[in-house]
Amino acid sequence: MSTSVEPRGWAKAALHLNGWVVYMFFYAPIVLLVIYSFSNSRNVGTWGGFTFDWYRDFFDSSNARGALSNSVKIAIFSTIISVALGTMAALSLERFTFRGKKVFDALLYLPIIIPDVTMAVMMLLFFGEFFDVLDTLFGLGLRKGFWSISISHIAFNISFVSVVVRARLAGMNTDLEEAAIDLYASRWKAFRYVTFPQIVPGIAGGALLAMTLSLDDVVITQFVAGPGWTTLPVYVFGLIRKGVTPLINAVSVTMLVISMLLVVLSLVAQRVRRSG
Amino acid sequence: MRNLKRFRYLAVLVALALAVSSCGSDSDEAAAADCELNQIDGDLALYNWAEYIDEEQLAEFATEYGISATMDVYDSNEAMQPIISAGNSGYDVIVPSDYMVSILIADSKVQKLNSEAIPNAKNISSDFSGLYYDPSGEYTVPYQWGTTGIGVNTTVVGKDFPRSWGLIFDPSISGAFDGKIQLLNDPRETMGAALKYLGYSLNTTDKGELDKAKDLVASTADRLAAFNTDSADEFLTSGETVIGHGYSGDMFVQFLETDNPEDYVYFVPEEGGTRWIDNMGIPFDAPHPCTAHTFINWLLGADQGAALSNWNYYGTPNDAAVAGLDEDLLDFVNDPELLAGGVDSLEEIEDTGDFEINYADAFVEAKG
Repeated sequence: MSTSVEPRGWAKAALHLNGWVVYMFFYAPIVLLVIYSFSNSRNVGTWGGFTFDWYRDFFDSSNARGALSNSVKIAIFSTIISVALGTMAALSLERFTFRGKKVFDALLYLPIIIPDVTMAVMMLLFFGEFFDVLDTLFGLGLRKGFWSISISHIAFNISFVSVVVRARLAGMNTDLEEAAIDLYASRWKAFRYVTFPQIVPGIAGGALLAMTLSLDDVVITQFVAGPGWTTLPVYVFGLIRKGVTPLINAVSVTMLVISMLLVVLSLVAQRVRRSG
Repeated sequence: MRNLKRFRYLAVLVALALAVSSCGSDSDEAAAADCELNQIDGDLALYNWAEYIDEEQLAEFATEYGISATMDVYDSNEAMQPIISAGNSGYDVIVPSDYMVSILIADSKVQKLNSEAIPNAKNISSDFSGLYYDPSGEYTVPYQWGTTGIGVNTTVVGKDFPRSWGLIFDPSISGAFDGKIQLLNDPRETMGAALKYLGYSLNTTDKGELDKAKDLVASTADRLAAFNTDSADEFLTSGETVIGHGYSGDMFVQFLETDNPEDYVYFVPEEGGTRWIDNMGIPFDAPHPCTAHTFINWLLGADQGAALSNWNYYGTPNDAAVAGLDEDLLDFVNDPELLAGGVDSLEEIEDTGDFEINYADAFVEAKG
């Protein structure tokens, strides 16, 4: 059966080749980036012998280390909140009918569709004026920083998480849930023991996406950051003005390693779940 | 950005409606902060270009005054401006470039400095008085500065060449090096160099003058290795070019990376060139204006000014700091031919408003 759809002869070879070319297209720049992060020359693109100096510079620089730790803190916090809110939004839009559902449905996609810069400016004005108002009313003395960045990241991540979780929910049969309720499981128990285990891969995927987006975001973060809260991507972006040195490669490789660890972790988590 | 302002006004209106009382508090914004010398009113939050001050130096300030100091970075004036203008940025000191200072002053986004809290302003060289963007220095003090000029590989070109833009634009001078010359890929810098060579201001708003500059650049385009901004200095030391158009600080750093820095020369031609100046200012709503004054005053001291330049290799506007500069940097700075036409021949790039598009168009046409 399957042999009938599988291409044969030159078509198969061409597809094979295409596969390799696509992967090369993806990974050749990354391989180059990694190689030149070990180059002992200030100029990117000139090989000057092997060295760990750029990594040492990176970890010696308290600015860079601070930026890395800021990024990680914000990514973890904003992921947890946006996964909870995004999953709830997905469940309510997929499982229930209520007034204005279509409108909410459409509105949820907005943060995905609108350009980063637009969102960034909206957030900038929001925090500028909103904190002012709170200040005048309650004298809270709010300053931009961890909270403003986290809230912004949560704001766009909710949409991404809910889209991923909804895709999982949509492909899921409601039969099991209904059977559980027929057998006197409470709504909560039906969710806890039937629905939730089934959508975990969706939630994990959403969480991974949210964390990656949070770690990568430059534009929005730059606009809403406050004193002491420069994140790693914003820091890297700032460095470019002084010319592209392998230090940027070293920082990028570090970020790459973190992202890849996240992917591997999620794969492992899913495998453990399946076999356990 | 104009439309955004309208949005902002709307938001401000809402805020005003909510904040019923306390309207008079910010009416006297024109007055300078009431700070005494070395007064500290909180931690320092500096908003600066990346890699523009040694973090150790910042830590030294923090230790000396028993506070904490943080620095966040931006990559362009345009990235910094909306963040400050929106208010509530939380920053105490910012470092805008010349033209951005005039924008910030016009929008009342920087506050007046209290000169009594910054006595070290006397160290600033007279070359930096009467600047077009802040003529009386009421709002800002210079931080670092630099120029745009020509870098030459003297092992190929020799040492006997005219200190003129003709070294790039005149084939009878540099025809032998065709294909080994580079110009910046920047409309204002490169059209500006041509305008200076022709004897005009690099801020001209005369279409005829700009057209002549355009023809000059167009006639030079074929003789170039490249129009390139990011790698001007690297091209020169890697041998891809022997005459390059670039920024002073980048050139110095790159020359010192090589085994024989003395083989390279950087200068601003006698016809004049671009000077940029970055400045320290205090945002209108800085949470700790007195700490900000103290920091500015501290950085204008002789030792700190020298430490700043020795780390970032840009020019210091601080006369008292020159004595403390590293020797290799001094060699470049003390080159009598560095500014062949003297300081008065330099011009800052000013915003020409609606005429700006003509520079961009002329440059695109000249590149062909």
